[in-house]
Amino acid sequence: MPEFTQTEQLTGWGRTAPTVAHVARPFTARQVSEALAEPLPRGAIARGLGRAYGDAAQNAGGLVLDCTGLDALGEISVDGIVTVGGGLSLDVLARAAIATGWFLPVTPGTRHITVGGAIASDVHGKNHHVDGSFSRYVRSLRLALPGGEVRELASNDSAEEGALFWATTGGMGLTGTVVEATLQLTPAETRFMLVDTDRAQNLDELMTMMSIGDDRYRYTVAWVDMVTRGRSMGRGVLTRGDHAPFAAIPERKLGGAREYAPRALIPAVPPIPAPLISRLNMRAFNELWFRKAPAHRVDEIQSIEAFFYPLDGIDRWNTAYGSRGFLQWQCVIPFGAEERLRAIIEAIVEGPVPATLVVLKRFGAASEGPLSFPIPGWTLAVDFPAVKSEQFATFLDALDLEVADAGGRLYLAKDSRMRAELMPVMYPRLDEWRAVQASIDPHDQLTSDLDRRLGITSRSARALGLRQESV
Amino acid sequence: MTDALGRPNSVLVLGGTSDIALATAKRLAERGARTIALLGRHPDAMLAAAGPLREAGATVHALPFDASDPVGCVAAVEEAFRTYGDFDVVLLAFGILGDQQRYEADPEAAARDSVVNFAATVGSGLAVARRLRAQGQGTLVVLSSVAGQRPRRELYVYGAAKSGVDAFSIGLNEALRGSGARVMVVRPGYVQTKMTAHLPLGPMAQTIDDVADGIMRGLDSGAAVVWCPPKLRLFFAVLRLLPQFVFRRLGSR
Repeated sequence: MPEFTQTEQLTGWGRTAPTVAHVARPFTARQVSEALAEPLPRGAIARGLGRAYGDAAQNAGGLVLDCTGLDALGEISVDGIVTVGGGLSLDVLARAAIATGWFLPVTPGTRHITVGGAIASDVHGKNHHVDGSFSRYVRSLRLALPGGEVRELASNDSAEEGALFWATTGGMGLTGTVVEATLQLTPAETRFMLVDTDRAQNLDELMTMMSIGDDRYRYTVAWVDMVTRGRSMGRGVLTRGDHAPFAAIPERKLGGAREYAPRALIPAVPPIPAPLISRLNMRAFNELWFRKAPAHRVDEIQSIEAFFYPLDGIDRWNTAYGSRGFLQWQCVIPFGAEERLRAIIEAIVEGPVPATLVVLKRFGAASEGPLSFPIPGWTLAVDFPAVKSEQFATFLDALDLEVADAGGRLYLAKDSRMRAELMPVMYPRLDEWRAVQASIDPHDQLTSDLDRRLGITSRSARALGLRQESV
Repeated sequence: MTDALGRPNSVLVLGGTSDIALATAKRLAERGARTIALLGRHPDAMLAAAGPLREAGATVHALPFDASDPVGCVAAVEEAFRTYGDFDVVLLAFGILGDQQRYEADPEAAARDSVVNFAATVGSGLAVARRLRAQGQGTLVVLSSVAGQRPRRELYVYGAAKSGVDAFSIGLNEALRGSGARVMVVRPGYVQTKMTAHLPLGPMAQTIDDVADGIMRGLDSGAAVVWCPPKLRLFFAVLRLLPQFVFRRLGSR
């Protein structure tokens, strides 16, 4: 264990299942590798801004490397290539990028994640169906390995190095700590978006509109009402768009077209009393949200923050769920299994706990990462309060089985309650990943609460008493 | 690990023949606890009686544990953690109710049973706490008793030991603050178990399942103290304040 650690209780964004770890705050790649060079009785994991919903960046009783001090930001080259520290936030990177005519190649629904976290979760955004996931834009990265070695990796490296690169994308930090990455940014003339909004009256209409129209847009996402039953079940609001060129910006806004300085307007949300998160109230909220959206609107000029990060307008919206916390259940169901998706959505609408926020989106091609989440299909992300009831737990377990049976999977960066048995079913390339992981971590130094719970590494799988082929 | 919905993966039972502990372990297994280790005097007998735990999906292990040897208890706890790794929930459930009349005639028996009820709890409780602190999470559930709340003529040797167990547990919980681990004290009233089978039915009698359900609720809510039934809390708040001559009369049924 390195010196200068602090004992801290940590949770993920969902504020569930807290555990205590020894937290170190390295500021240089060298400090990271020194920390990983020491014997670690309960292993180590990197942590960024703590936005993974579950326990991915927790390590009960072990070492947690808070990497937010690795926040170097290099010069953006004329072709949009930039080298940054693994702990740099996408927020800071986006500010620098937009000022020079670039944008993040892929961004999730929050800008408060680190580059290292984006790689470890191989995050996706509204442009996945066109542009793929984050790993596609990582030219190279430097990975601090257990034992202290720092290795430079690129996606097109041959055999061993390339395999480690891809195992690191989506590898949940279990192959080492990303201390530096070189990224390809995406051109964006202004800080504005041109956005089309459409309402769909029910799930069929929504899915049809998405299937037919998505390919015409760079960015698309749908908000779905998953409380209302009957004919309007699964109605939603589709927002789709692309970066606005200078030519599309009205003259009065042209001056500040690259002045991107978003702020959180509201510091935190007081806890909403649990009884208020009822089906009735959620129905009223969903009704309002649906009515508020225009039935059809084209070429609206929106700011990047309004389009990509509506929830970042509140600094800590996760406190709204109070002490019990919340969880997000995000799955992907392959194309062709739409009936399963529909059945899952119906089950959630009728389920024991009302969904608070639901997002539906279509994924494009998968990346090469064996544990990378996106595969071609429909991804559904559903927020729930973390109600500790047998009925709710069993309900979600049943949904997991449906997903696995349809050839889909859950997103590890969101998960906080999946059963370990499903890990090898949902991620059929797990053994391939484990072989790479074992090659760089022969003494089982890398682990996390997520790993202990799901048996991702071979060692944790053994500790769970799971035979690797068991289902 | 315990997941976001409060479902632990591994459970350690000290006193693996306790009805209440087994009923609780069964509920935890039904929630998905995969590893259950039972510690007690007769490992073979415990394994033979663990059918319901296995049916609920758990892998059950048994290790020898002798609560009459409070120093040896520490090694037995260490052995369990070394062999099976982390435990998310530990149920400390051994104890001897004893016979007050016999204790008065046989002080040696009273001394021996008090070692089991108190000293062994201290030794194994601290040994568990040390491991939970190192693993940064976990809950130690200690079965106390309302008998420890105010000494009664019929049960004061047992009551005195439980009073000590209760105080020890509350102190230990304080010591574990900030460590990620915690202690939950369970104070059941009269429960129909094999421990009390020879006694007449007490007031507010409850079943083993009632107590196990209470423990599960406490695990979910993060309570430091669980009364079974919950109304005993209020009952004892009053009972503790009664003058001795009134309390004495209440006791003589």
